[in-house]
Amino acid sequence: MSDKTPEARAEPFGDPLSAPFWAAAERRELVAQRCEACGRYQFYPRPFCLSCNGDRMAWATVKGTGTIYSQSVVHLAAIPGFEPPYTVAVVALDEGPHLTTNIIGGASAIGDRVRLAWRPREGMPPLPVFEKEEKR
Amino acid sequence: MAADREQVYIAGVAESPLGKVADHTELSMVALAAREALGEAGMTLKDVDGLFVNYMGEEGSVQVGEYLGIQPAYADSTDIGGASFEAFVNHAFAAISSGRCEVALIAYASRQRSRRGRPRQMGTDNYTLTGQFEGPYGLVMPISHYALLAARRMHEFGITPEQMAEVAVTARNWAKLNPKSWIRDPLTIADVLASPMMCTPYRKLDCCLITDGGGAVVVTSKARARDAAKRAIRVLGTGESHTHWHASQIRDMTASPGAAAAQAAFGMAGIGPDDVDVLEPYDNFTGAVLQHLEDLGFCKRGEGGAFVEGGRLGPGGALPSMTMGGGLSYCHPGALGILLIIEAVRQLRHEAGARQVKDARIGVAHGIGGVIHSSSSTVVLARE
Repeated sequence: MSDKTPEARAEPFGDPLSAPFWAAAERRELVAQRCEACGRYQFYPRPFCLSCNGDRMAWATVKGTGTIYSQSVVHLAAIPGFEPPYTVAVVALDEGPHLTTNIIGGASAIGDRVRLAWRPREGMPPLPVFEKEEKR
Repeated sequence: MAADREQVYIAGVAESPLGKVADHTELSMVALAAREALGEAGMTLKDVDGLFVNYMGEEGSVQVGEYLGIQPAYADSTDIGGASFEAFVNHAFAAISSGRCEVALIAYASRQRSRRGRPRQMGTDNYTLTGQFEGPYGLVMPISHYALLAARRMHEFGITPEQMAEVAVTARNWAKLNPKSWIRDPLTIADVLASPMMCTPYRKLDCCLITDGGGAVVVTSKARARDAAKRAIRVLGTGESHTHWHASQIRDMTASPGAAAAQAAFGMAGIGPDDVDVLEPYDNFTGAVLQHLEDLGFCKRGEGGAFVEGGRLGPGGALPSMTMGGGLSYCHPGALGILLIIEAVRQLRHEAGARQVKDARIGVAHGIGGVIHSSSSTVVLARE
């Protein structure tokens, strides 16, 4: 949007803590906070590490691979923009954090390996979703 | 033996109008229930000095206080979802036993069936964490959230759709015995499994009703409970906890805050699950009842599905549960928690009519709250 200042664009939702997450999403990189003291990943972002109370939180790019921790196929036409059936899920990233997400590209099951994909959005950063890894 | 001030009682309970309520507002429903519950306690609104409400609008206790003409010495509008009401007994116990108030009124009413006001989408404000990280994925509140819990439970423990359906059938079997139940038609496991799929694994009949309804509960000191027109029921133990708001923040979807709530309540009561004669678990979804049974210690982790088989929770079963028909068949006015307490008290007074559990002496109400089992709260009650 041409009328937005660069500053507003840097915080697309007005949340300064999550701004680096969405800036990375614009580059199609999935990032999570990582504590420089204890090494734990933390998602969503907080001003310090809930595990060790450490102050030095850095943003680290994650691989974008993980496992479906739970999922539900929605058969209700209740949410604007979502045509049933579609799959809502929680994916456990290999680095540890869980993300609420969608599984796209066909049938899936709990325990399936998945990898990152991006859903473009009008006027907003793309949204991280997941698809099944190719069978090897 | 607990000192007198540490002995707290429920001296009155009442439902508001239930089902589809055309001729009242939420506030007038609360007023009717409050007057009736206080009548059972031998009191009127003028005796109330503690007010505990949730979901009654902004600054809920202030609005209800004005409507009822109550100026409380102790006010509480804590919102931990549908589990708030068992938590209010916990809070009222603390307030009464420490002398902050003596007559606590807990009240709730909703017309969510008549008003069709329940939102389906959460996180529509992009500023919020929910709006950024959960809202954009099309979760249908709260069915798909609870479906995620049930799906994981099935995956880890081999829980079957039939076992979850048995919970709905059990609730219906109790509802047949309660003239106030919203639906009393016969129901079989096959009927549940043939109902429309909503969000896997939950079908329509795995999900609670959406009705109008509400109620009121009067909690008071031992001294004031002596005035009660009906038998007062002792509050033996209370507990509460909450663990998360977002699905992504749950590390283990087969655990819940209910275990901590139950442990606190049973620990305070000095008794355990083997002592319970009647259980009122919050049955918003069939699978949630399995979690409650495990959290309360009636069975081991993962064994809730096998536990409910064969009508164990039903009329004549070893652990009578959801005895008014539950949120699945009796009434689910958005927040069921207050109705669990009301039914447990009626069972312990031996005034439950055709659904009365014989010789019931110890009853438990166990609440759940939040769109994805964020909170739980437990109340252990005794007939003395």
